[in-house]
Amino acid sequence: MNNRSLNRIAFQTIFTKEVLRFMRIWIQTVVPPGITTALYFIIFGNLIGERIGEMEGYSYVEFIVPGLILMSVITSSYSNVVSSFYFSKFGHHIEELLVSPVPDWVILAGYVCGGVARGVVVGIIVTLVSLIFADVNIHSYLLTLAVFVLTSILFALAGFINAIYANSFDDISIVPTFVLTPLTYLGGIFYSIQMLPEFWQTLSLANPVLYMVNAFRYGILGVSDINLGVAFAIILLFIVVLTAFSLSLLQRGVGIKS
Amino acid sequence: MTALSIRNLQKTYANGVVALKGIDLDVQQGDFFALLGPNGAGKSTVIGIICSLVNKSGGTVQVFGHDLDSDPGAVKQSIGLVPQEFNFNQFEPLEEIAANQAGYYGVERKEAFRRAEICLRQLDLWDKHREMARSLSGGMKRRLMIARALVHQPRLLILDEPTAGVDVEIRHAMWDLLREINRQGTTIILTTHYLEEAERLCRHIGIINQGEIIEQTSLAKFLGRLGAESFELNLRHPLAGFADQSVGGFALRQLDDLTLEVEVTKGQSINSLFAMLSERGIEVMGMRSAQNRLEQLFMDVVSGGGPGE
Repeated sequence: MNNRSLNRIAFQTIFTKEVLRFMRIWIQTVVPPGITTALYFIIFGNLIGERIGEMEGYSYVEFIVPGLILMSVITSSYSNVVSSFYFSKFGHHIEELLVSPVPDWVILAGYVCGGVARGVVVGIIVTLVSLIFADVNIHSYLLTLAVFVLTSILFALAGFINAIYANSFDDISIVPTFVLTPLTYLGGIFYSIQMLPEFWQTLSLANPVLYMVNAFRYGILGVSDINLGVAFAIILLFIVVLTAFSLSLLQRGVGIKS
Repeated sequence: MTALSIRNLQKTYANGVVALKGIDLDVQQGDFFALLGPNGAGKSTVIGIICSLVNKSGGTVQVFGHDLDSDPGAVKQSIGLVPQEFNFNQFEPLEEIAANQAGYYGVERKEAFRRAEICLRQLDLWDKHREMARSLSGGMKRRLMIARALVHQPRLLILDEPTAGVDVEIRHAMWDLLREINRQGTTIILTTHYLEEAERLCRHIGIINQGEIIEQTSLAKFLGRLGAESFELNLRHPLAGFADQSVGGFALRQLDDLTLEVEVTKGQSINSLFAMLSERGIEVMGMRSAQNRLEQLFMDVVSGGGPGE
């Protein structure tokens, strides 16, 4: 058997296993983001949003649609990979892969694509929920899809690195709680940074999530606080760095080999 | 052809523990080889390194001529591992566990499920193929790990204490299966604490102690070093007032009314013992080895005494 077909089949196997895993527990993995988003729309969009009025030419409920979709995608992609890979370490079934001839990059690709798949499924559900509350006309399908997929890949990689270093179940919730959630909430989902004082505007530019949310918002609404080129450069740079770092961790066996 | 060739293999863990002090080990193709040693001797470290679960500190490992450092893919493709601890996803159905493992070795999905069925049937698990692995008993879980290790048809099967905690009936069935797998050409390396198991199954042994190989030979040669062997004789009629004595050079000792223990030294014919007992009107109904032979030698070697050639 040549390496190419082995890699293809191994990738399909890991990907299928990952998709079956989160679909088997769909009530925990796919449904909650839909309910949470509906609550955001009811509270922030309808009840509070009517008092806020328009933001960058859109009603508040329309303005928050892209951010809420992307927030669900970020959380789902990250949590899928971090929980699945950490659980495979905890239960030692990562050894099934380590003893097999699957190259490190295929293992990484399989887990990351599993995270992206969950991000896509959740993204579709949240988008459908959004359509109940807001009238969404997509400005650029290509741009929207590109940001959607790239952001999902980026956070799936981040989840993978978190899982590699995690030694307990606490370790897989610390980063999402204390890092990911603050960055996401302060990433311009619910507001435009133009509303902030200059100091906070400048500080917000250090938040990578801001670039993703704004690029995604541009794809859907056609408005953004930041330059699109810069946003894509930052997303791609993070993907390259996190991929290289993940492969280096796998190659050295950090957290998975003695 | 050599199935496994290890040279100067060393392992020092991050905490400074030296697990392997530069071992050499050879296992020939088609062999049934036992790697024995007390707890903490380094058996699992050796297996971990061969199977890429542990990073070695030095030395070389070759499997069927493929070097672990320069051609890890070919090495891994050749090996099937049955580890000591259960290491499958307890929340997956048996069929998926086995089929996924085949997929990791490049077996197409349809063929992977066909092979999974064959292996699960072989290990008598097919009637549970859609059940979650967590619902299995301990013995079934052990069999599942063997089925999983066989699904990609490895040339070298490594079993790390495969029958630990398995009841006698299943253990014997597993022995039969392993003999059959070996007969079909698969090289097998076995670690076990049941020395009777090694004696029944294996043709060659290696004994590792404190990170060093202290013995590597054929089982027959090793057992040949025994100077004397004790047997227990079950008698038809109770024997009263039989003082411990020597009969025709055999040292006899009465354990109870119906049991005698005899020590047979190297070179003595057991036929002459039966003839002499028969002359004295002592009828023997059965006999068994008083101590497992391999166990006796193993204790000698590991304790540093050594049986000598």
